[in-house]
Amino acid sequence: MIELKDLYKLYHMGDTVVRALDGIDLTIDEGEFVAIVGQSGSGKSTCMNIIGCLDVPTSGTYKLNGIDVSTMDDDTQAVIRNKFLGFVFQQYNLIPKLNVVENVELPLLYAGISAAERRQKALRALERVGLLDKAKNRPNQLSGGQQQRVSIARALAGDPAVILADEPTGALDSRTGREVIAFLQELNRDGRTIVLITHDNSIAVKAKRIVRLADGKIVYDGPADDPRAVEIPREEEDA
Amino acid sequence: MNFGQSFRLAIKSLTASKARALLTMLGIIIGVAAVIIIISLGDGMQNMVNEQFESMGTNMLVATIIGRSSSRQVRDEDMFALVEKNPDLLAGVSPFVSGRTRNKIGAEVLTATSVSGVSEQYAAIRSLKLTAGRFLQYADVMKMSKVCVIGSYLNDEYFDGDGVGQTVRIGGDNYTVVGTLEEKAGYGKGSDDDAVFIPYTNAQRLNKNAHTAQYYFTAVDSDATDTAKWLIEQKLQSVYGDSDAYLVISMSEMMNMMSTIQSTLMSVLVAIAAISLLVGGIGIMNIMLVSVTERTKEIGMRKSLGAKRRDIRSQFIIEAGTTSAVGGVIGIIVGVLLANVAGSIVGITAIPSTSAIAVSFGVSVAVGVVFGYLPANKAAKLNPIDALRYE
Repeated sequence: MIELKDLYKLYHMGDTVVRALDGIDLTIDEGEFVAIVGQSGSGKSTCMNIIGCLDVPTSGTYKLNGIDVSTMDDDTQAVIRNKFLGFVFQQYNLIPKLNVVENVELPLLYAGISAAERRQKALRALERVGLLDKAKNRPNQLSGGQQQRVSIARALAGDPAVILADEPTGALDSRTGREVIAFLQELNRDGRTIVLITHDNSIAVKAKRIVRLADGKIVYDGPADDPRAVEIPREEEDA
Repeated sequence: MNFGQSFRLAIKSLTASKARALLTMLGIIIGVAAVIIIISLGDGMQNMVNEQFESMGTNMLVATIIGRSSSRQVRDEDMFALVEKNPDLLAGVSPFVSGRTRNKIGAEVLTATSVSGVSEQYAAIRSLKLTAGRFLQYADVMKMSKVCVIGSYLNDEYFDGDGVGQTVRIGGDNYTVVGTLEEKAGYGKGSDDDAVFIPYTNAQRLNKNAHTAQYYFTAVDSDATDTAKWLIEQKLQSVYGDSDAYLVISMSEMMNMMSTIQSTLMSVLVAIAAISLLVGGIGIMNIMLVSVTERTKEIGMRKSLGAKRRDIRSQFIIEAGTTSAVGGVIGIIVGVLLANVAGSIVGITAIPSTSAIAVSFGVSVAVGVVFGYLPANKAAKLNPIDALRYE
């Protein structure tokens, strides 16, 4: 499903070259629940941007569903994002001027789906997250946890292959955070592939597999219940 | 694709911040209102002028003799003969002799009243209508009868509207009023209604000068006026041999001239008003640029959900277009109202044509779309990562 091969992402800052991703090889299969963890500056955000088709690697290949997406232009990436990826952000990123169901409809709108079908699919997604009764509310009338569930509904609406959650609990208190993670686990049990990006080990261990990044390299890749998964490498602690 | 939603979003953001929306649209509102007012007043004025020309008779031609010093003079008989010989072109002629006399009604001196010597055909040439009595007749002219026809102002002011049979004293002689005219100018003292018409033969005697300074002709129809004008000029040229000695003007020519002047003037004024539309467009561009910056995160999020550049661009262009269109509609309403007020003050009917309204609306939408393009394009080109991370 997700296949990163020998991936590099370099940034030039004056004379120095920052290796945000320094030779990543990563394969994520359908139905997996993977947490990508690492301190800030470890390259996990860059990794997430590339997996999310928001950015292209300097070198290496990225195949999503067998399609090489590593050299695509802006608009083609947009189509890929729309079709295969659902995003859940830390700040929910709902449009305050639109009501809940209109927010959930957005990816369907860009997919060119008719108004009636959009509404039907959006309502089904809202039902899935248990917020059908809030469909006509404005986002700011909902609690943080509810808003994050709306953004999960939005990610689900287009029925994407992969849900990409970027620090989905970062803005929530720990109880609501756990609820959101439980919800992602539930989606995973239904067979959806989930990639979770977080710096928080207590959240990461809820995934089935952990990929730990440090200085643009994978330093651990294995089951989440392995004690080494949450072990912070020495040099990282010093940083 | 998402026109409906973009449109609704635009309306929502307009209503969400009314003061900002109003200020954004102000340039467009002023520009459109100014254009509507100018066009309405211009059209109203044009109609009024046309009506006046028509009431004077568009078939009319006026020949003015300037060459006073010349030894040869055109005679009234030559002009009558000219009409008689060309019945296919000319329908009538009247000499027009301005009286320079002291006039009285009873003991009161008429200071502003014009006394004109004309023939029996003058009423038909100028489309004068009588309220009572009759106009001057051929016999009055021939016999130099002391009779006159008076305008509505004199009739109302001095004879309570019952002037027939009364007396007006003109240059020492008593003239009997034989007819009273309908109101024409409506402006009272000194106007075309403050007038006395007497046989031109009498006027020539009163002036102690047998020559006529002006002739009023009427052509058989408006198509004949050009040929008729040429004919009269030929005649006068044969008499004076000098084209500066006379001047022949046809009313239809005058009307065309006036129209040309007026439409040129109007184009200039509209062009000036259009500058404010330009300024309005820049105002919209400015606020759209601000809006793009404010909504960077929204743009990033929309892109992450699969919005293409084209989607983002059209969203912002529709928003700019909607803003200026709403401004245009307000401008049209304001313009129509103010044009009405101004029209009633000046005394003309100032109603803009539907085409003027349609064009104003179209132009205001176009201004929004054109000036919205740059900010929209800026939004469309935003990098989704930078946009998402923007705080």
